[in-house]
Amino acid sequence: MTTSDTGVQLLEGSQAVAQAISRARPGVVCAYPISPQTHIVEALSAAVRKGTLPHCEYINVESEFAAMSVAIGSSAAGARTYTATASQGLLYMAEAVYNAAGLGLPIVMTVASRAIGSPINIWNDHSDSLSQRDSGWLQLFAADNQEAVDLHIQAFAIAEELRLPVMVCMDGFVLTHALELVDIPSQDAVDAFLPPASDIHAEMDVATPGTVGTMAGPDIFTETKYVSYQQHVAAHDVVEKWGQRWFDTFGRDAGGLVRLYETSDDGVVGGTKVPAASGKVRGCDPNEIVVIAMGSTLGTMQAVLPELADEGIRVRLVGITSFRPFPDALLREVIGQARRVVVIDRAVQLGIGGVLTGEIRRALYDSGASVHPVAAGLGGRPITEKSLAELVRQASRGELDVHLNWMDLRHDVVDAAVEASARATAEGVGSAAAAMAEGDSGRPVQRAERVTVETPADDSGRPGQRAQRATVETPADDSGRLSQRAERATVETPANQETEK
Amino acid sequence: MVKINVPFLQTGSLVAGNRLLDEQDRAVASWQNRESSLTTGHRACQGCAEALGARWVLDTAYDCADGKLMVANATGCLEVFSTLYPESGWKLPWIHSLFANAASVATGMVAALAAKGDTETRVVAQGGDGGTVDIGMACISGMFERNDDVLFVCYDNQGYMNTGVQRSGATPPTARTATTPPVGPHPGQAFGQGKFMPLIAMGHEIPYVATASVADLRDLERKVRTAMSYRGARYLHVFVPCPLGWGSESGQSIQIARLAVRCGLFPLIEAVNGELVGSTKIRDRVDVMDYLKPQRRFAHVVAGKDPEQLAGLRAIAEKNIRRYRLLEGFGPSTESSNTESSNAESSNAESSNTGPSVEPPAGRDETTGPVTTEGGVA
Amino acid sequence: MSAVPVNLTAQPTTAHPNLANVDIGRATGPGTSAVYHTGGWRTERPVYVDLLPPCSAACPASEEIQAWLYEAAEGSDGYEHAWRKIVEVNPMPAIMGRICYHPCQTACNRVQVDTQVGINAVERFLGDLALERGWSLPAPKQETGKRILIVGSGPAGLSASYHLRMLGHAVTVREAQEELGGMMRYGIPEYRLPRDILDAEVARIAATGVTFEVATPVTDLPAACTEFDAVLIAVGAGQGAHADIPAIDAKVLDAVTMLHDTAAGDAPLLGRRVAVYGGGNTAMDAARTARRLGASDTVIIYRRTQAQMPAHSEEFEDAVLEGVRAQWLTTIKDVDHDAIHVERMELDANGRPVPTGEFDEVHADAVVLAIGQNVDLTLVENDDAIDVTDGVIGINESMMTGRAGVFAAGDAAPGERTATFAIGQGRIAAHHMDAYLMGGEFTTPERPNQVPFSRLNTWYYSDAPEQVRDTLDAARRITGFEEVLHGLTETSALFEARRCMSCGNCFECDNCYGMCPDDAIIKLGPGKRFEIDLDYCKGCSICATECPCGAIDMVPETR
Repeated sequence: MTTSDTGVQLLEGSQAVAQAISRARPGVVCAYPISPQTHIVEALSAAVRKGTLPHCEYINVESEFAAMSVAIGSSAAGARTYTATASQGLLYMAEAVYNAAGLGLPIVMTVASRAIGSPINIWNDHSDSLSQRDSGWLQLFAADNQEAVDLHIQAFAIAEELRLPVMVCMDGFVLTHALELVDIPSQDAVDAFLPPASDIHAEMDVATPGTVGTMAGPDIFTETKYVSYQQHVAAHDVVEKWGQRWFDTFGRDAGGLVRLYETSDDGVVGGTKVPAASGKVRGCDPNEIVVIAMGSTLGTMQAVLPELADEGIRVRLVGITSFRPFPDALLREVIGQARRVVVIDRAVQLGIGGVLTGEIRRALYDSGASVHPVAAGLGGRPITEKSLAELVRQASRGELDVHLNWMDLRHDVVDAAVEASARATAEGVGSAAAAMAEGDSGRPVQRAERVTVETPADDSGRPGQRAQRATVETPADDSGRLSQRAERATVETPANQETEK
Repeated sequence: MVKINVPFLQTGSLVAGNRLLDEQDRAVASWQNRESSLTTGHRACQGCAEALGARWVLDTAYDCADGKLMVANATGCLEVFSTLYPESGWKLPWIHSLFANAASVATGMVAALAAKGDTETRVVAQGGDGGTVDIGMACISGMFERNDDVLFVCYDNQGYMNTGVQRSGATPPTARTATTPPVGPHPGQAFGQGKFMPLIAMGHEIPYVATASVADLRDLERKVRTAMSYRGARYLHVFVPCPLGWGSESGQSIQIARLAVRCGLFPLIEAVNGELVGSTKIRDRVDVMDYLKPQRRFAHVVAGKDPEQLAGLRAIAEKNIRRYRLLEGFGPSTESSNTESSNAESSNAESSNTGPSVEPPAGRDETTGPVTTEGGVA
Repeated sequence: MSAVPVNLTAQPTTAHPNLANVDIGRATGPGTSAVYHTGGWRTERPVYVDLLPPCSAACPASEEIQAWLYEAAEGSDGYEHAWRKIVEVNPMPAIMGRICYHPCQTACNRVQVDTQVGINAVERFLGDLALERGWSLPAPKQETGKRILIVGSGPAGLSASYHLRMLGHAVTVREAQEELGGMMRYGIPEYRLPRDILDAEVARIAATGVTFEVATPVTDLPAACTEFDAVLIAVGAGQGAHADIPAIDAKVLDAVTMLHDTAAGDAPLLGRRVAVYGGGNTAMDAARTARRLGASDTVIIYRRTQAQMPAHSEEFEDAVLEGVRAQWLTTIKDVDHDAIHVERMELDANGRPVPTGEFDEVHADAVVLAIGQNVDLTLVENDDAIDVTDGVIGINESMMTGRAGVFAAGDAAPGERTATFAIGQGRIAAHHMDAYLMGGEFTTPERPNQVPFSRLNTWYYSDAPEQVRDTLDAARRITGFEEVLHGLTETSALFEARRCMSCGNCFECDNCYGMCPDDAIIKLGPGKRFEIDLDYCKGCSICATECPCGAIDMVPETR
């Protein structure tokens, strides 16, 4: 069903999101450029300049910290406010991210999800957005660009009703730079759907002077957290409500807390938003394998489902749309009697497991299911249909570990690094991770150089140290160099990412 | 009897008010119906000049903005002592977000007002020297270079007082702080460090930059009015002694601020579009030592443990005097602050009631320029 | 926007997410920090005080100078308020604004900032304005039926008559001379005190109901005591002292007589060269009068130095301007018909003049002795009850002589011999007499502590030197008795009034109110001053430090 004036268009994800944001009529857009968010904010700045987004101030700020801070001021003064960032940018603004939530400001922010360095990496995973899981923001994950469009518009409604900020996470490059057929709701339709921006509560208002952001001492801090906690509890219903309204208005399943993908009898795979009202969902039977994922992985996984069905492997694919609030109860209902749950985790808790897995295990603590975490798609590593299919087959054979499984791990590289590390340790310096971070792929010869580098005999060794480092940063192998330059170079040509899609 | 024009000299404009002047010609701080933006019950230390400076600045700005004023405040003493939940000392819309981002929050408010078509409400951002010259620098610089319509006010007490008196980028050489203890061969803060934010602000060529002191209320209020007469980014750097951090008597706060001006260590200057347009003449110059003596943070200098330290401070004062022509003074400040020739019906009125005597800038964009009567500067 | 209550039982759904946002409203109410009383931190509290300014402390007439300057500084209606404040103690501002030697100005703290406040000139401005506008003195209180005689219509007698009249008594002033004013008329030259001014201010006192009888010497004290319920002897020092100088065929006269006769229209013939012997103000008056009477060469002969001269320096400067010469460290040995033989003196180690044995001659047609003045006490010399010592009448602390109901004031009583002192004495005597007649006791109200210069924060007083007043051209002075010193214009009088630093007395400069970091001072409105809000005052003492005039004390908190 088309809800737009123009019909379904082939659009880059960033362009589509920018159009959706425009339709929401924000009063203030502020951003600092960072890949892969740039195309969104470029498009919005152009819209403001051209006048297609009227009554909107576009503020070019000097950092992500300033971006979120401007958003805080703007939102506090009652303007519908939008910003976008990714990765290092999200961390750079982290202090303000928490603050925005604490102040109860309905800011909407796109996180064009991207790995966090070091090593620096501009490609997609979820380590940035998930690092902010306790910031007090709602976090919605888009599976595809249509959902990104739909979620962004819903996000304003949810944020303004809850008076909490909402982060819409879409996979960097994989979605932001991918061309997809997208239906952008018309301006009239969005105007009818969203409460008017003029209804936004202005904390800062000369007519009703108030103090925002007081210091809360030990006597009250706990209570503020209690109230915030209850807000997030209440947010389940609000997220669900606006997803349902979206469906009712536009006839398109988008938003909500959880999405299900199943192979139907005629072999068609489709995502369905799970109604929050329980009892409407069929719980899995013990022989079904549940795969849980967030973001664009859901699209890849869908493609594998028919093949697996043909093999007799029954899979229920579960998409987490709302990571915050996290749909514990709904998940339990959806999982039902399933014995094996595979979680595609795109952010790792080092030495512990996957971030998403941790949430799932908490939600399913008494379900009796084995939860199998799989670290996949880190730093833009493609999650291929082949690998996913193989993963499910392994799961069906009971071959997956309950500890973190690493999809497509390059064992040769790791082994070499571990070996180098062992040598270096014997000489007192270094680690495998450090070796890889330096980009030398763990070549033993260079390890030996590093040892001399880091323990200069005297001051005269210092210039030498620099020179050595320079050598380290330009290894014969190109992979290290690419990561240094990719920040700028690859942004312009993300073709490789798109073709992967 | 006809009211006659008499040179008004009893106390001139050096006192807060004067019963012989019309209410509107007195300092805002003397008005019976002043806003008292920062009201009673705040928990600032005894003799806190920051509390005083903030009330002066905001009451004046409030008047200029015809009551339509919002404030963003950086973390720091001013924020902590005024807003301990569930109470607030502020009588106007006030927001505290973080230590470093007051300027950006203010930008956001200005943007929101613009988006809503509100051209009347004005925005002030404020913080201490830490929140300005150190951690807040990036956000302020961004706000400046975008020429956002924000007046940023730094209340400079020359250190991190809220956290226990540590050194900041505004701590003067030789001063004792918790992180520049008065020990070793060169006790206190080192020479050759620190920065003078007004010059950095001037480097952004923003419409208006000025320094002010709690020792000169009339000068301060005039500068706030001048600042409020411009649109665009403005910066006001207010010198506010801290009895706790400086080791001075609580009742001496204003005296010490006055001595800082009189010895040349704190110049009162004004700049328009990055160009220095005025300095307030030093009235009755004193030696640097007179300024140091009442402050325990300089006790080692007063004791002469390292004679070069006093010489170094004197050299800074001399340089200021030379650089800003402080012995003669020039520009708009000279007329208003020194009252020797002021006149009840003209000069005083002029000093408090009109905009800058220097022509407002042609503007880096069309929003820059003096606010006309709507701005409350009639 | 409303404050969010903490409700632990509720499950908020869309409640305000941040408890730490506070609704503050416009003034006070829930949410305002005003509920927190920081006054508890205080160890000292500020207290507004009214201290005694040095001018008032120095005024022999007890004028509250700072207070009336405060009024005058208002301009407009303030002038009359100021004048009324003056006439509470001194009914003759126009006179005193001319002839008072203004110890107030000598004491003025402003001397240490730039120059003294021209208090005297402002008083004269107000006095003249009152005459010009016809402001009248207040109406007397209810008549008491008591009858009082005042002997002498000089400053003491006039002052006493006015105050006694104000208190409701029937007052008769008997003056031996033909005209009223005593030494103000017969001792002070007209160029310093024009007679129309004197007449007008005396007439204004008469208008309150005082009976004046001129050319009526009182010679019988017992008779007077019978006729009246009380008597005040306020006879001036109208007799010149005579030195034992051998004089042969020479014109030697005393300054008092010379000035008296000149005032009475019977100026003595002095000749071309006049020597005046003495260094006091009367010597100056005599020398300057001699110039006006035609003496082309007038010389003051004084046995000490210029610095030791008791005359006020401005008097001497005026005399010099008018062509009077002076010869210091000189004594007259004898006088013959055209020469004075003088001896040179020198100062000993103690600064006292001692003869040198060197002699000289000064040619003079007349010698005027200005070496002291005496009071004619024939009225009391035969009264055993009344003690006369050193030429003055002995009085007790109530200013009463040994004879009940008889009081003495002015030159006739011990004390300073100035018109101002006499006016003050006259007032005090009046109150004692009132107490004597009506029962009770008059005690001088206790005065607050005097404010020392060190209490002032003089930073706040902008540099403003005293206004220079116009004077008569020197060339025109000696041709007659026209007043030398001109009054202030309104502009300069107002300027001068506003130079007052208001030492020790709040003048509502708003500094305390403006500079309280805790907003803990309440401004009560024009004329009502301020109040400390002790709920919030932390006792930082900035108000006391920054009070320009030292009108705030910090006292230990006794809570």
